[in-house]
Amino acid sequence: MTLDKEYLEYPNRRYGMDHDLYDWSILQKRPNITWPNGAKLALWISYSLEFFPHDQPAKPFKAPGGMVTPYPDLRHFTTRDYGNRVGVQRLWRVLDKHGLKATAAVNSKVAERYPYLIKKLNERGDEVIGHGVDMGKLHYGGMDDSEEQALIKESLGVLREACGQPVTGWWSPAKSQSWNTMQHLAANGIDYVCDWGNDDMPYQMKEAGGNLWAMPHGSELWDRTIILDKKHNEDEFVEEMEDAFNVLYGETDRYGGRVLSIVLTPYVMGLHYRVKYLDKLLGWIAGHDGVWSATGSEILDAFKNQAK
Amino acid sequence: MKPDLGLYDYWPYEGRPKIRWPNGAKIAFWVAPNIEFYELDPPINPKRVAWPRPHPDVLLASSRDYGNRAGHWRMMDVMDKYNVRGSISLSIGLIEHHPELIEETRARNWEFFSHGIYNTRYSYEMDEAQERAIMEDSLESVMKATGQKLAGYLAPALTHTERTMDLLAEYGFLYTCDLFQDDTPQPVNVNSGRLISMPYSLEINDIIVYNSYFGTPRRYGQMIKDQFDQLLIEGEDCGTVMCIPLHAYAVGHPHRIGGFEDALEYITGHSKEDVWIATGREIAEYYYENCYDECLADINSRKGG
Repeated sequence: MTLDKEYLEYPNRRYGMDHDLYDWSILQKRPNITWPNGAKLALWISYSLEFFPHDQPAKPFKAPGGMVTPYPDLRHFTTRDYGNRVGVQRLWRVLDKHGLKATAAVNSKVAERYPYLIKKLNERGDEVIGHGVDMGKLHYGGMDDSEEQALIKESLGVLREACGQPVTGWWSPAKSQSWNTMQHLAANGIDYVCDWGNDDMPYQMKEAGGNLWAMPHGSELWDRTIILDKKHNEDEFVEEMEDAFNVLYGETDRYGGRVLSIVLTPYVMGLHYRVKYLDKLLGWIAGHDGVWSATGSEILDAFKNQAK
Repeated sequence: MKPDLGLYDYWPYEGRPKIRWPNGAKIAFWVAPNIEFYELDPPINPKRVAWPRPHPDVLLASSRDYGNRAGHWRMMDVMDKYNVRGSISLSIGLIEHHPELIEETRARNWEFFSHGIYNTRYSYEMDEAQERAIMEDSLESVMKATGQKLAGYLAPALTHTERTMDLLAEYGFLYTCDLFQDDTPQPVNVNSGRLISMPYSLEINDIIVYNSYFGTPRRYGQMIKDQFDQLLIEGEDCGTVMCIPLHAYAVGHPHRIGGFEDALEYITGHSKEDVWIATGREIAEYYYENCYDECLADINSRKGG
């Protein structure tokens, strides 16, 4: 077996990226950003409300958190559902205690199945963003384009109808996209996506006529990643988040306003033995001067007003 | 397939020549940031999949891109602070994609060594001409961009062929980072010329610690310090080499940079008589000049027991 000649050809070997989705740009070489009231750090707390169906297509892969055992996988189905019933209430209590805002990524199936949650989100003033139809229906390279358009229309249509919010943000299930996802999102009123983990600040996508922005919503400062994937304990979770805070906060004198994005999962961080560590962390963060707790679209608006 | 490629001879750790690095240092220390370019839509290699998800694998590809956009500059600040130059394991294609990164590191007198053209193009199934083309491309591109004659090689994504070491020696590379049999350099058995294995690491490599051992960032810093302490003691006997391989897409995150900084502060706090802070090329050149013949003679004298 040998490799084709084209394996050593590099048609996209050129300045910048090897694709046209966004421009190459160095975080530390950009103009400094100022947040409202001279805040140093925008604190962006987001969490997901997800429905994991038993009959997930698992196509082309299973979303993290998806069913594991042979059908019916009651253990995973119910532990995920625990987050929507119990876990999220605990997250809300901690957020309220420290007066922090949040952004909720909601599967449209959750809005249909649990109208209570939508009512609560609106009462709380949490920003609702799109999160696909459910965790079984992924967007992925090679999927049928009309199928994807239908998923996006269903997801956003149901969510907007249910919550009455404009819903301008989007976090793809499993942070997975097709080559067309962003075009369809922009065409359906989405301003920002949470799938790209390559930056600590918002940046503009070239895709979809430049009407779409990537928000810094990485896969690292995420309870799922630190606690479930890396198996770090709760003290370590707090330590890592505090280290991240200190570094970003410290950088603001030189580089201007920064964003600390903390991503939470109700069925992970909302557990009984775990939530007190979130309380400790958020209390510690909220005790600092110059922290602006904001939703995704508030941060993006403040950013966009200065970026042009 | 062969049971053993015979790239080096068995060489017991005990009783080796008492190597000393410059200033009589017992341990030669180098830092090797991998500055990599991962293509969003690379061609398929039959032996290894670049991305686990269908292209575009937005989740993983963007996590790699983080290193060049954000992480590198944070990592470089820390290295500047402790006056440590990097030896860059470079995806050669990045010279065209991100020349700013090359200019800034070159201005700091960092070394560049080849890590293939892209970290999404693997050596598996390459014929000899193709593998030669990678090395020639590397040599020419780095010379043109930096004026440096490449001295080191770490195969792209650690993908090798039976020929890799012979070709490196033929092209005049001084060292390979692909062999992990020892904590000191060792002559590699090649068809022509000379080549040494340079201790790199698949242990205190940030990716291995974070993603295989699931170490916390602070634990990573402690592992580095512990390894340094041990190799400093053993360096008294035989002159050891310690490398911290890094990936800015991992260590350059805000929650991780602190652990690395602690370790760098600890190591650079030692005297010049203890630790020689160098680049891969500097260690290799010193070794060829002062240690190669003696070590080779020792290896040959101990063959067969």
